[in-house]
Amino acid sequence: MEHGDDANWLDRPGNVRRLYLGLWVIGALLVVADLVVHRHAEVGFDGWFAFYGAYGFFACVALVLAAKRLRRAVMRPEDYYDR
Amino acid sequence: MIAEFPGGLLLIAAGLALPWLPRALRAPVAVAAPALVFLQLLAIAPGYRLEVDAFGFALTLVRADRLSLAFGYVFTIAAFLNAIFGWQVREGPEQPAALVYAGSALAAVFAGDLLTLFVFWELSAVASALVIWARGTPRAYRAGMRYLVVQLVSGMLLAAGAALRYAESGSLAFEFIGLASPGGLLILVAFGIKCAFPLLHNWLQDAYPEASATGTVVLSAFTTKLGIYALARGFPGTEALIWIGTAMTAFPIFYAVIENDLRRVLAYSVNNQLGFMVVGIGLGTDLGLNGAVAHAFADILFKALLFMSMGAVLLRAGTVNGTGLGGLHKSMPLTTGFCMVGAASISAFPLFSGFVTKSMIMVSAAEQGHDGVWLVLLFASAGVFHHAGIKIPFFAFFAHDSGIRCKEAPTHMLVAMALAAALCIGIGSFPGLLYAILPWPVHYDPYTASHVLSQLQLLIFSALAFSWLMRNGIYPPELRSTNLDFDWIYRNPGKRIALGALEAMAALRAELDAMVRRSGTALNGWLRTHHALDGALAKTWSTGGMALWVAAMLAAYLIVYFL
Repeated sequence: MEHGDDANWLDRPGNVRRLYLGLWVIGALLVVADLVVHRHAEVGFDGWFAFYGAYGFFACVALVLAAKRLRRAVMRPEDYYDR
Repeated sequence: MIAEFPGGLLLIAAGLALPWLPRALRAPVAVAAPALVFLQLLAIAPGYRLEVDAFGFALTLVRADRLSLAFGYVFTIAAFLNAIFGWQVREGPEQPAALVYAGSALAAVFAGDLLTLFVFWELSAVASALVIWARGTPRAYRAGMRYLVVQLVSGMLLAAGAALRYAESGSLAFEFIGLASPGGLLILVAFGIKCAFPLLHNWLQDAYPEASATGTVVLSAFTTKLGIYALARGFPGTEALIWIGTAMTAFPIFYAVIENDLRRVLAYSVNNQLGFMVVGIGLGTDLGLNGAVAHAFADILFKALLFMSMGAVLLRAGTVNGTGLGGLHKSMPLTTGFCMVGAASISAFPLFSGFVTKSMIMVSAAEQGHDGVWLVLLFASAGVFHHAGIKIPFFAFFAHDSGIRCKEAPTHMLVAMALAAALCIGIGSFPGLLYAILPWPVHYDPYTASHVLSQLQLLIFSALAFSWLMRNGIYPPELRSTNLDFDWIYRNPGKRIALGALEAMAALRAELDAMVRRSGTALNGWLRTHHALDGALAKTWSTGGMALWVAAMLAAYLIVYFL
């Protein structure tokens, strides 16, 4: 342990992995709930099965990939304006 | 008598008096003043007006209706929380300026005419610049100067627009303005600067993160929400606002993902949340406008909470850069918890405030058939969870352990954060309390099974995307950097052009100077020849000659008279 004296539950990699898998389980349950709960569609196509889950996942991946590209264009040294 | 006194002026007076009070009294007065004004506002019924004659105009110093009162309540709550959070700041201009700033923003909200609005608009700009400068660093000084220039331009446009409208209609009343007149367009741009419309937005990301740990919390509440209030009053249902607002929700989140300074990340998310409100105002429906007001109310509180948690981190750890932080949940467990409440609120988790306010705007957009707008807003909702809901707490309090071991935030900061967190959860769990003070009747129930499920799906899968990208090394690491945004235009080429113009002016001046000198020498020579002691025109004439000429003139006069 790097910080032995105050290491806690989150410092163990196994637990972080458990959290991550737990998140997938919750996600899967929410998708299954889509079959049970009658969702009231707001614009029509959002009534599709698992629409919000899929949109949330892909929107965020697209956001991050686009932001990485943006970084290539706009990133400058920290003291750019102070020089 | 005190009940009649406008609350905004009361706060301004308290702020001006603060430096003259004994040190021990300053913080209690800074806390008590907004609390008193809040109670006073509760006693004011919609429809109350206070009119005075000044500058030859009949001015409406206070116009209380449900719209101005809703903003009044939340402004005083914010000023109260800020004063608790800044309890230990007793020296320097920050606390007095913060009270004057809150007071002038409050007075601007209650202004019933454009002249009163303008006066407090400008006062809030100057007071807020003082809050930035109070940090005392050269960076803060320069950022505050840029900020002030932009704010004063907004004031000038407001004054010009108001003057045009007065010339046209003979009235200064601050009611619906619209874009039918050229004055209306100027005023829209003035309000747009305060609301940080795209391309007019950079003052926000530039200046807010440069203020002190407590100062940024103060700044986050008032200026932009005053802009939103003014927009809701003057331009409801203006279609262009739908498109402007939609752009505002989307573009800042890309910057927020790659920004290292966590308070600057929050500044980008301020921009993104303002976009939702601008869309609601542009829609102009009861639900859209109620949503804009409700979301402004909720946003002031959860954004204050998030900025407070980052302020506490800055105070204790000495930095709010993602690159320098991590693992602080061990040292600051309470701050971590409060930050996560703020994160859940801005991300619109069920039971937290954003859930019951942002959705009003989205439902209104869907009802009006704006499917494309709705899709962008949904993207922005996922994105705000990603950068404000996850990134902020993750990089500050979790991620890799930075090794920083510091004290938990001071008690007064924890109290302020606890109160803000309680309000966020209170609004989210009992939305009826907030809905009851909105300007129009609310027929909307956020807690349907359908809404809860769809929102949870959106958020959990956004979180999964974050974790998946993180675990696979795709997520961009935090890097020490400056990211160019639109302010590059005036901070680089603009600055160079201005400096170049100054140099050219200096050169031109030197040239003119030399020319004047040369012609001066020539003139001097000419004067010497003609007017020097021995010059032709400097010779004295004899008195006799003078008498003769006077006599001739009198004779000529007599002749003319008798003719």
